Parts: sequence; structure tokens; C-alpha cells
Amino acid sequence: MHRRRPHCTHDAVLETVGLTKIFGGLTAVNAVDLKVHKGEILSLIGPNGAGKTTVFNVVTGIYRPEQGRVLFKGRDITGRKPHRIVSRGIARTFQNIRLFPDMTCLENVMAGQHCRGKAGLFTSVFKTPGQRREERRILEISERRLQQVNLWRVRDELAKNIAYGSQRMLEIARALASGPDLLVLDEPSSGLNPRETEDLMAFLKALIEDDDVTILLIEHDMNVVMGISDWVVVLDGGRKIAEGRPEDIYANQEVIEAYLGKDDGEEGHGSAA
Amino acid sequence: MEQVISPEKKGLRNSRLFILVPVIAAFMVYPFLVSDYFIDIAFFFGIYALLGLSLNIVLGEVGLFDLGHAGFYAIGAYTTAILNTKFGIPILVLIPVAALAAALFAYVVFSPVIHLQGDYLLIVTLGMGEIIRQALINNPFDLTGGPNGVFGIDFPRIALPGIGEIFVCDSSIKYYFLIWAIVGLTIIGLKSLQNSRIGRAWNYIREDEVAANATGIDSRHYKLLAFVLGAGLAGVAGNVYACKLMVVSPESFTFWESCLMFCIVLIGGMGSIPGVLIGAAFISLFPEIFRPFAMYRMLIFGSAMILMMMFRPGGAWPRKRGAVEFRSLLEDSGRSDA
Repeated sequence: MHRRRPHCTHDAVLETVGLTKIFGGLTAVNAVDLKVHKGEILSLIGPNGAGKTTVFNVVTGIYRPEQGRVLFKGRDITGRKPHRIVSRGIARTFQNIRLFPDMTCLENVMAGQHCRGKAGLFTSVFKTPGQRREERRILEISERRLQQVNLWRVRDELAKNIAYGSQRMLEIARALASGPDLLVLDEPSSGLNPRETEDLMAFLKALIEDDDVTILLIEHDMNVVMGISDWVVVLDGGRKIAEGRPEDIYANQEVIEAYLGKDDGEEGHGSAA
Repeated sequence: MEQVISPEKKGLRNSRLFILVPVIAAFMVYPFLVSDYFIDIAFFFGIYALLGLSLNIVLGEVGLFDLGHAGFYAIGAYTTAILNTKFGIPILVLIPVAALAAALFAYVVFSPVIHLQGDYLLIVTLGMGEIIRQALINNPFDLTGGPNGVFGIDFPRIALPGIGEIFVCDSSIKYYFLIWAIVGLTIIGLKSLQNSRIGRAWNYIREDEVAANATGIDSRHYKLLAFVLGAGLAGVAGNVYACKLMVVSPESFTFWESCLMFCIVLIGGMGSIPGVLIGAAFISLFPEIFRPFAMYRMLIFGSAMILMMMFRPGGAWPRKRGAVEFRSLLEDSGRSDA
């Protein structure tokens, strides 16, 4: 796999500028600049409470930032509604898997295609030819995504009844079904056994090669971070304290301190690679 | 649009016909075999079936608690009653008008509060139902006739210019067929919706609203759509009810009516159309069957509900989730798991 991360900035898919999110008295995210380039896997790491998931929630429109902007493919999407952001091309998964438990796996994946359809009340009630064509397309794309994550055999099982590892993959399939440009994964390997984690890494690597997609992920498992990331950004206390290639981050003194703890008052600034 | 129908699916379709044909035949023959009294019971079964189906959209499909549904029913009934008695507009013309009036009301009332979650929304619906009933009693603009209501509502008639009247719905049996024709059409329409992107969107929201939003579903839009559609159908039920009784009064649209509709959906099974029919049958036939024990009706009814919730929380006929009806050719062309 060739290393991406060119220094030119015109191909940034996602860019956050001075992103700040405050909850009451707590600044969860403090002036974070992030740049995700097309076709790369960028990992966001940091100790618990560093603000990683908050960054995700701001990017995907669940939270509205107090300051700063989110640019996606060069357009400002700050504070847009989550469903609008999905149709723009950002799809996500959740840290604690959020599927539609009492619906079948196939129906779960079909949710991703919802934003690509436009059948309304009357066309749906009267099953117009256009609506039937659209349904068929939704089904075909969803089936293909289900095959892609190897869950074809459980397509008619309820999502709550399949194995935990499969649920993780199902959630990724659902996100992929919307045909995203940017896939945002919140700790995709958490709860997976080493074998499943290996499979996940292989899957993500294949995905980035085959599909025209960019991946932003939060990850705790250092093996995963080191194994698949093109670029790593480290958050601590809501601030970006470092970014760089995985191997550089691994040796970075500041990062080690953030994880192992040193002085609490210590505040670092990004050491750009 | 040719679909390859697998043998087991064909079997499924046959077994479905096996149930459906006798049921429909029984409904067609029934009114010719019994007295007007029993036809009327079946008529009210139809009204409750329609009300149950309308509430099922909101409560069953989207999982929003609505205990003020009788309010929409009342708006349909009063719209019909007032426009018919004051302006002589034919009842059948008023069916869509009643539906639109109730739907519009739902849209206006719920637009600002649709973001409320669970029990908060429940309180709003509860209040809305009571406000409508109180407003009807207070006789605004001398339209609703206060506690006495509006009377003298006409039969549904079809008249053609030049030919004159060709149809008057003036007997129990005609009302029976009127309501069940409407219920039948409603079921066909709702069935298509269940298997469409809209029906699925409703279910996604019921299952997990945050995930639905993050997957690209505009939950606000679909929740509002459910309320508007549910209210519209309840408005239609109100229309038929008004012309059947020829009088509408506020006491027909109490909180108790909303409760009954709620029970229909809970007993039958949330989001299940056959379940709603069973629930409606239970609610409308139960008082007749247990007439000798009228004193204990609530006791029996209450315990039945409790037992139901304990032993069959999914309802009498829960919706089956299984194969998507509209299957593409992928599985037949030999592609399967790698």
C-alpha cells in the first residue's frame, strides 16, 4: 500500500477550522483543526474524554459547534442537520453499535439508501413504475453491500439476533449503503476479538483500495492505528496535541505523556510533521 | 419488473390466499345472514378498525404515543356535520374534506412540538384531545351546537345532473359495505406503504431515532407525516360515523375513545395490520358478547389487558419481519456468500 499524505491541501475531503464545542463549563473540543485527504485513512486517537467522539458528533451534525467551521468537499456544512450531511456524503457508525434491532439485516442496510431515494407518499401508496424501479435499486445496492461485508447469509435475520462482530460489520454496511465519500467510524474494533479485528483491518484496507472512499476513524487499539492509518491525529483535553505518520506519533514524547499521564497542567501544541 | 418467485414464496402466497379468500367471502355474506342489529355491530367494528389503523401509523409504525386521537376523529365528524347541515354539501364529497381538515389540524398542532420525546409528546396529545372536546362543548361561533352537538346529518347520496339520484346509503347494510370498502382500500394502501421507503423510515425511527437521523432519515418529516396521515384517516372515520348516527356530540369523542384506540393497537400488535383488525374486533365485539356481565365489563377488560401485556407483549398478531417482499434477482442468479 502506498503512503498517501501529500502536502498539498486542495484535495482535502473534510476540513475543520478552529472547531470548538462547549458543554456547560466544559470545553470538550477546543479549536481543533483537522484535515482529511481524499483516499486516506485518518485515525483520531487520544485518552478517554479527549473529545474524539464529540468531534465526530459535530462533523456528522449531531452537535452544533460553538465556534469554527466544518468544510466538506470545500463546502461549509457547519450546523447542518444529520440527515442532510448524510446525503452530502458523510456516513458514520457508532461506538456502541446502534442498529435497528427488530428489523432484518437487509432492512438495516436499506436504511443507508433512504437518502438516495425520493419516492413520496402517493407514489409509494400507488406503487408507480418509478417507485418500483427505485425500490429495486435500493434493494440491489443494499444486497451488494451486505455481500461485501459477508453477511448475505443472515440477510433475513433480525439485527439483534446476529453475533456482535457481525453487528459491527452490519453497521458499516449500512453506512456504506448511502454511497459516502467519507466514512466516519467510531471505534470499529471495540468489542471484537483479535481474529475479527484482523478481518476488520483487511476489510478497511480493501475498501480504501476498491471504493472511492475516505475513512476517518476513532480507535483505541494501537495495532489497528499503526496497521492501517496513513495519518494520525492525537487529541487530549479537547485540543490537538500532535499529528503525523503513525510511526512518528508512536515515538512522540507528548503523546506518550498524554496516555501515561505526567503533569495535568501540561499543555502541548501540535508538532506538525 | 419480472420477479422470479421461489417455490417457498409461491407457497407463502398460496397460504395467504387460503386465509384471505374465506375471510373476504365471510365479510361479503355476513350481512345477508343476520339482523340489522348484528350488521350495526359489524359496522362499528369497521369504524374501530379504521380508527385503529389510523392510530397504528403513529403508535405502531413510528412508536409515538398518541392519546388524543379521538380529537382528529372529532374534527372529521364535526367538519362533515357542519358543512353538510349548514351548506348542504354531500357527505361523500366531504370524505376527503374531513380527512384534509383533520390532517391540516394535525400538521398545525404538531409542527412545533414534534421534536418532543416519548411521554412529553404523549402529554401534548392528551391535552390536544381534551382541548378539542372542550372547544366543541363551548360552541365556538355557534357552529358546534355545544353539548347537544349537530344533528340532521344527511345520508351519503350520489346524484347525477339530469339523471337524478342513483344511490342513497340509507340502510344498515349499505353503511356496512361503505365502511368496510373504506377499510379495505385503507389496508391495501397501508400495506404498500409498509413495504416502501416511507414505511421503513417510520420503522427506523421507532427502532432508534438517533441512528435513523445519522443514516440519512429526516425524522422530523416522517414523524409529522405519520401524524398527518393518521389524523386524515381518523377524519374519514369521523365522516362515516357522523353520517351513520346522523348526529354528532362531544360525548362521542372523549378520552375514553382515545384509550380504546390505543388498546386496539396494543392488543393487536404494534405495526401489524391483521393485529389491528383483531384488536378492533375485540374492542367492538367484547361489550356485545359480555352484555350479560355488563357490570364486570371493565374488570374483565382490564384483566385481559394485563394478561396480554404479561404473556404476549408483542400483541395478538405481531408483525412478522422476514424476507423483503420485493426481492431482486441476485439470489437467483447464483450469487451467494463468498
